[in-house]
Amino acid sequence: MSEHVLEKQFVDLAHQSETAELGIWGFIATEVLFLGGLFAAYGFFRYLHPVGVAAAASHTDLAIGTVNTIVLLTSSFFMSWSSLAARDGESRPAGVLMLITAALGIVFLGLKAIEYAEDIHEHLWPGPGFSLSTPDPKSGEVFYFLYWLLTGIHALHLLVGIGAILVIANRARRGVFTRAYHSPVRVVSLYWHFVDVVWIFLFVLIYLPGRAP
Amino acid sequence: MPRPPRRLVFVWLILLLLLGGNIALAFVGLSVLAPVAHIAVAATMAVTVLVIFMELDRGVSLFWVFAGAGFFWLALLFVLTAADYLTRYSFTPS
Amino acid sequence: MSATTILELPPCRGDSYLTDGSTLTSWLLTHDHKRIAILYCLTITGFFLIGGAAAALIRLNLLTPQGLLLDAETYNRTFTLHGVVMVWLFLVPSIPTTFGNFLLPLMLGAKDLAFPRINLLSWYLFTASGLIVLAGLITGSVDTGWTFYEPLSSGYSSGALVVVLFGIFVNGFSSILTGLNFVVSIHRLRAPGLTWYRLPIFCWSTYATSVILMLATPILAVTLLLVAAEHLWGVGVFDPTHGGDPLLFQHMFWFYSHPAVYIMILPGMGVVSEIIPTFARKKIFGYHFIAWSSVAIAVVGFVVWGHHMFVSGESIYAALVFSFLSFVVAVPSAIKVFNWLATLHKGSISFEAPMLYALGFILLFTIGGLTGLFLATLAFDEHATATYFVVAHFHYIMVGGMVSAYFAALHFWWPKVTGRLYPESWARFAAILIFFGFNLTFFPQFILGYLGMPRRYATYPPEFQVWNVFSSAGASILAAAYILPLLYLGWSLVRGERAPSNPWGATGLEWQTPSPPPTDNFARTPRVTRPPYDYPEPTV
Repeated sequence: MSEHVLEKQFVDLAHQSETAELGIWGFIATEVLFLGGLFAAYGFFRYLHPVGVAAAASHTDLAIGTVNTIVLLTSSFFMSWSSLAARDGESRPAGVLMLITAALGIVFLGLKAIEYAEDIHEHLWPGPGFSLSTPDPKSGEVFYFLYWLLTGIHALHLLVGIGAILVIANRARRGVFTRAYHSPVRVVSLYWHFVDVVWIFLFVLIYLPGRAP
Repeated sequence: MPRPPRRLVFVWLILLLLLGGNIALAFVGLSVLAPVAHIAVAATMAVTVLVIFMELDRGVSLFWVFAGAGFFWLALLFVLTAADYLTRYSFTPS
Repeated sequence: MSATTILELPPCRGDSYLTDGSTLTSWLLTHDHKRIAILYCLTITGFFLIGGAAAALIRLNLLTPQGLLLDAETYNRTFTLHGVVMVWLFLVPSIPTTFGNFLLPLMLGAKDLAFPRINLLSWYLFTASGLIVLAGLITGSVDTGWTFYEPLSSGYSSGALVVVLFGIFVNGFSSILTGLNFVVSIHRLRAPGLTWYRLPIFCWSTYATSVILMLATPILAVTLLLVAAEHLWGVGVFDPTHGGDPLLFQHMFWFYSHPAVYIMILPGMGVVSEIIPTFARKKIFGYHFIAWSSVAIAVVGFVVWGHHMFVSGESIYAALVFSFLSFVVAVPSAIKVFNWLATLHKGSISFEAPMLYALGFILLFTIGGLTGLFLATLAFDEHATATYFVVAHFHYIMVGGMVSAYFAALHFWWPKVTGRLYPESWARFAAILIFFGFNLTFFPQFILGYLGMPRRYATYPPEFQVWNVFSSAGASILAAAYILPLLYLGWSLVRGERAPSNPWGATGLEWQTPSPPPTDNFARTPRVTRPPYDYPEPTV
């Protein structure tokens, strides 16, 4: 497998690397709109039914949500460290750091699965079996519709990120990346941090409403 | 394993602190201001991740433009849709 | 004689991109932007024919007030298919994926786009999306119109809707990736000396279109996802029985779909901006204004979507804001029209087929655009909304404008893409026939709308029949006129005269390489030293 192929439309490796980075930033901009659109739908529904949404949100598992947020923030820390290491030409340490990042991502998904099982057990899946003991369960049902959609889409993005990190980490541990060539690490790092940013907002919208007495 | 860069550790701690602060805020009765405060703290965390973890501070200005464009365009969706929702019942027929 | 925009290149020897690999795999697994453009051209032509067949059914049905052929539900499915196919499987991709893909690297002096493999992925996603969408539309009863309004779509439509929505979702990915590829390529792959203000206007239009593709399409994706989820779950954020707001769907849907109409015209404007200077032998008037007007249309186009919702229940305050902004967005388009006309003034004009299409574009787009201002006026829209006035308005722009521009591009760059010249007399005849057939089809619809005939109805009151018959007659002429180019262009592939590198004597890097170009576009990276449209000053 040719690791350092310079494609014909680029002048040199630096040109190619910077272009790849611009590409992922462009992709992130589109994702801001995709996830942001979902947040907009949430936001306007909540504007129409603030009490119902807050009451429903207070039934989410704040403990798991908080731990998961800490897990993701820590994973971003390791991913960032890995990116710096790759930039300094330390390919194998970067690979190890990426594996830790991926592992934390898997921890997140594991906790999420436990939380999902809990939610289903408590009848928080929208549809005929839905049950919520708040004054406005209909709004609550819509809240949980958004909860499953938002967290599900986030989890899907996380899964893709974990897959990408594992692929790049594998290359890193074979010593492929150098000071001159490490853009795949940069690209995957930017994607990962973005998924983290999405969660930062998600956490606030899902887990924090309705906690005040 | 070499020691982690201090800058990153510092930023990680700040993020955890902000997270803790946001959670604490949730238990204080801020009523209408609550969502605003929470989003503001979350936005601060997000900007921190963008600038430090995603190295926007070392990037070329075009990266800032691309990153900003997404948020700016999202703002258009929010603001103009809000223009409808916030004014829907402002005009009642006489 | 071509203008000296670059140094003279030695003649390219060797195969062209067409002969560089003749197996099916070499086409289906190509990284070459030119081959991918051809792949796109084949698929969108297929989809155009399907969408056109639906249009034929519609116009046939409307020959009589009782509806000649179709019952109401089938009629609704037919115009839904027509809209969905024409918008997402033809117009949105049309010029960008064919001519954008083929020409952009050539115009930039590059060997390919920034991300060639993503380009190929875009085509596969697009083709898959088309097949999925068609499968849903044909096997299921999707009768909501291409606009999928809530709560009809989630609450009262068949399950095939989810298939169609999924297909459009995949289609959106294809659009987004293409837009990303173009934007990054224009930023990063310009040849030495090719500054932004030396770029052909087609590149500026492509850039503006790509920004819309990238930033609007994700909202469509998420909106359709929400509708599909609501359909599957029986509960959703647009659902009025759960306190949801159907108008929220419309806000989100039109946030994409209004900018989408600019996706469906900006590339056409870019094409016209290339053709007018060539056949007037004069540099384009007000280059900076035309360039930045493309950007202005892309940006302002994002803040006018509420004009689709004037009668749906949005607040009067919001309606006023959107109405005002809709007037503002007409300004950059008008600037383009004035600049094209000024380019023609005192030019040395010749009437080859591309020029005929381009001139038709200017007139038809202007009519369409002006009637848009009628509709942006709240009081008039109250009367004309959801009538044939709206139908005529957008067909003047999308068919009279964009499809004309597509045919203009097809003829203008045909020699470059295929290495063959098309028969000019047949082409001129087809262009004139299209112009005539188009106006006969759609002008009566302005009258019908003004008289009050609603759109999306399988039947109508008998007093509207005369105009409907005119319209359907026009449609049959239009259909024949659209088939003509298929025939003579196809003929030219086998029997057409071989084309030189620059048959029109046009400026632009794409003309400085052989017809058809070699796989790597240029033997040596060009170096640009002269301004664009570097035609000699007209002598009085």
